[in-house]
Amino acid sequence: MSQNKITGRAYVVGDNIDTDQIIPAKHLVYNTHSPEERKLYGKFAMSGVPEEKSGLPKGGIKFIREGEYQSEFDIIVGGKNFGCGSSREHAPLALQVAGVKAVVAQTYARIFYRNSVDGGFVMPLESVDNIYESFSTGDQVEIDLASNQIKNVSTGKSFELRPLGDAADIINAGGLFAYARKIGMISQKAGANV
Amino acid sequence: MGMTITEKILAGHSGRDKVVPGENVWVNVDILMTHDVTGPGTISIFRKEFGEDARIWDRDKVVVIPDHYIYTADQHAQRNVVFLRDFVKQQQIDNFYDVGTPDYKGVCHVALPEEGYTRPGEVLFGTDSHTCTAGAFGEFATGIGNTDAAFILGTGKLWVKVPQTMRFVFDGEMPDYLMAKDLILRIIGDIGVDGASYAAMEFAGDAVHSLNIEERMTLCNMVIEAGGKNGIISPDEETLKYVKARTNKPFDPVQNDSDARFAFEKKYDAAKMVPLVAKPHSPENVDTAENLSDVKVDRVYIGSCTGGKLTDFKAAARILNGRKAAVDTFIVPATTDVAKGLRDTKIDGKSLHQIFEEAGCRIGNASCGACLGGPDDTFGRLNGEEVCLSTTNRNFPGRMGSKKSQVYLASPLTAAATAVNGTITDPRKYIA
Ligand code: SF4
Repeated sequence: MSQNKITGRAYVVGDNIDTDQIIPAKHLVYNTHSPEERKLYGKFAMSGVPEEKSGLPKGGIKFIREGEYQSEFDIIVGGKNFGCGSSREHAPLALQVAGVKAVVAQTYARIFYRNSVDGGFVMPLESVDNIYESFSTGDQVEIDLASNQIKNVSTGKSFELRPLGDAADIINAGGLFAYARKIGMISQKAGANV
Repeated sequence: MGMTITEKILAGHSGRDKVVPGENVWVNVDILMTHDVTGPGTISIFRKEFGEDARIWDRDKVVVIPDHYIYTADQHAQRNVVFLRDFVKQQQIDNFYDVGTPDYKGVCHVALPEEGYTRPGEVLFGTDSHTCTAGAFGEFATGIGNTDAAFILGTGKLWVKVPQTMRFVFDGEMPDYLMAKDLILRIIGDIGVDGASYAAMEFAGDAVHSLNIEERMTLCNMVIEAGGKNGIISPDEETLKYVKARTNKPFDPVQNDSDARFAFEKKYDAAKMVPLVAKPHSPENVDTAENLSDVKVDRVYIGSCTGGKLTDFKAAARILNGRKAAVDTFIVPATTDVAKGLRDTKIDGKSLHQIFEEAGCRIGNASCGACLGGPDDTFGRLNGEEVCLSTTNRNFPGRMGSKKSQVYLASPLTAAATAVNGTITDPRKYIA
């Protein structure tokens, strides 16, 4: 997962996006390890976000188009307390399956953050300020991990990100298992890391 | 510098004399709990990472409690339980509370203490965010995802960032119209849904220690709604009595050092507090029940790990006894023990079950029920534009089913008063 630049189109949501909005509870029944059923997590990713908050500032923009399994958006820009609520790992998984490369938010709920990092699903980046109002859904975005900057290419404005800190080792390894193998805590053999 | 209860437990479980907030440590796990929604994913990751035939680290330390999607015809949901059965058999896990057997319990966070798995001084992880409930027993308990849980299944360890402790002290006497739910809503209203992010929340003071164990569980249950990592209440006589009645396992209760450092402290006078309600769609949208008296509801829901314990139903029955519910009222006991309690507990010679039936309530089976919506045929699920007053813990958009519904959160006393009146009602109206 070590790469320095992440680019793509933004999907903008506000503060307190909880896990029921990221993937509503009734969809938690699909088998995450069956390729066919796993796709459904993509299909229903972000489907619990209320209409008016779906794709700010306008709202009413579907994250996943009718009949699709992947999003046309690559980076989610949120505000405070992203991923609050349940411990369901299906939330970062759904975002990954939908094709999301990174989430940028000012703060995260801790279980979502942990799950994103330990499961190696999406990169949870923290912005120094609450910046979602400086982005419109569909804007072209460029994230530079070397300089900890996120740039709204559409407006030309840049914003500061916090360094990954402690999580960097696990993120760079590709998740908790890969990290534990790397430091020799668990044996190499079982489970090739995907 | 001394340590808080949380710091001491984490130090003890990571083989250190001392830890400080912000430090990452690998802790040894005493109990790992999983259920039907998150269990199958956890097991799949375990098998993939450690091998199909790998053994779990300790079969006595893993507890499997199906509780979420139980009374539903949904095929996928039923398949999850089959998946759990298969794993439990393969790994010879005895601590399994299977659906459709006399062992079936219901909501994991209430079942764990009932079965003696929550013990002072220990470390409990669960694949459910409300695992923090067990902090009521003076242990470190928190929710984790499937990857972390799979890691524990194989190694018995997990990394933890040591949280700082925020302390909430409730002094004064609890008025009899007030419940633990009102106390925790007050805190969430004050500090917000991210007010305790990454922190341990300790509840202290005379009012807290005057609460019974189930009420203390309600306090700790909702720390996650303030972003907290774990809740903690120092173990006292009441705790020891409860735990010792349910397990023979030895345990080591831990107290704060006298010079422990808290990152934050706030004091409340319980005697002066009033019944509260969290309005849609956030637990921090707190107002008094009195101020919301013109809000009409379509439904009242009394259940879940937050508001579906025996204490909660005893409270509701105080008001519903001899009265009729004016709106659809759903009663969902958290566990089969609570369901039994509804039949065995009497007020004026009538069982709680009878009181609720005579009031016209609908009584469901022990499980999570509609607390998290669930499959469309779930008992009590909000399928349309209902306005519901609920004793559960979350009122996020669509949490109890339909995105168009509205959920107000309150104590079981406020719920019962609201059921009788049809509009949000301060329970003092019915409690002399
Ligand atoms: S009762 Fe509700 S909050 Fe409690 S474990 Fe079940 S779904 Fe979660």
